[in-house]
Amino acid sequence: MTELKNLVKSLLEEGKVTKVIGYRMYGENNTKPYIAVTPNDAEEMVLNTDCRNNLSVYLTKKEIINGGKTGIVAKGCDIRNIIALIQENRIKEEDILIISAECKGVGAEKGSAVYANKCVNCSVKTPHLYHELVEMKGSELSQPKDKYTEAKEKVLAMNSGERFEYFSNMFSECIKCYACRQACPMCYCEQCIADMSIPRWIESSATDRGNLSWNMIRAFHLSGRCTGCNECERACPAEIPLSFINKLMYDTAKEEFNYESGMNKETPTLIGSYNTKDNDNFIQ
Amino acid sequence: MQTEKKTVNQFEPKVIAFVCNWCTYTGADLAGTSRIKYQPNVKLIKLPCTGRIDPVFIIKAFEKGADGVLVSGCHPGDCHYNAGNYHARRRWIMFRKMLETMGIDSNRLHFSWVSASEGKKFTEVVNDLINKVRAAGPFKSYEKINKEYVIND
Repeated sequence: MTELKNLVKSLLEEGKVTKVIGYRMYGENNTKPYIAVTPNDAEEMVLNTDCRNNLSVYLTKKEIINGGKTGIVAKGCDIRNIIALIQENRIKEEDILIISAECKGVGAEKGSAVYANKCVNCSVKTPHLYHELVEMKGSELSQPKDKYTEAKEKVLAMNSGERFEYFSNMFSECIKCYACRQACPMCYCEQCIADMSIPRWIESSATDRGNLSWNMIRAFHLSGRCTGCNECERACPAEIPLSFINKLMYDTAKEEFNYESGMNKETPTLIGSYNTKDNDNFIQ
Repeated sequence: MQTEKKTVNQFEPKVIAFVCNWCTYTGADLAGTSRIKYQPNVKLIKLPCTGRIDPVFIIKAFEKGADGVLVSGCHPGDCHYNAGNYHARRRWIMFRKMLETMGIDSNRLHFSWVSASEGKKFTEVVNDLINKVRAAGPFKSYEKINKEYVIND
């Protein structure tokens, strides 16, 4: 197995790619996204258990993806997003080169001793689409507490009035910074529905009503598309547990359609396709 | 119609129906021309196809004070645009589940297939929804958060 630095260096030297999106160290126990364009830049490249960012979000930016083949360092969960983007015809597989590794999981936050929540029950530790394989560095961490099941049981025990109250309170913390949208690799619309002013579907001020409809629409637009990378939650400055509603929609897609996004580039997307035998029992 | 005396403050539900141009709207038209009576609490909004019904419309309707929402279109296989209602159905399955979890009761949101010849069915669907909403009472969940909203309203 080749060392990441050497691999990136040779890829750039041979001109197989024009840039490689990866990570570099940023203080102790922390990394930050980094784009290597010259062979010398490859020296900075790292891949370890502190590489929390989902870099596939950069593939949705035209200014980065244009101008030659792009290399990207991706963990299994990031590859799911890349596949989802390929499924949605956002990027072409031949335009990218995926450098991946057998994933060891990532820490929840800087210096954390537990894994991030997304690493629990991860099914893609072994990458399922890659062009080059390297080694991931880092030591073993401990399992985090399963907050999702707990929260789900709590919500399902409520009646509808209480649920509404619960969610409107949860989203009342929102400050409408749209960091969740910017961090999300699947939120790539050139004009977001939240930015439309005529008609204004979603109130732009950070009031409870606007917050609720924004978060509802965000969750719905990601239903059947979200791969559960939890970047939205990590980006949220108000610390709203966005992954809860995302995971709920993910589970719905799995129960109703046995569909998981980002697993196979050949399958059509959930919302973009249909089956004449879909569940009809709720329609009069 | 029955000449029931209404008390002044009796709750009259506001129901919005998003219907497709080719089937349900024509069905509603047939109900009208056939002189079939149904409760007048429903306001119809005509769209080209059920596939055009963005879930944001439904959220907006509830936000603006609707007590119930009906979404109706052509039967599977009858879509004027071949597959619009199949796509819509998939979306509804996901959307319904989300609203239910987020606290909008499924009694307030009905989905139906009504063809152009089913004027009678249209009245039944509408009456059924209005009766359910009437029994459930006004949709108060939004009241609190609407009250805090002062700008641009």
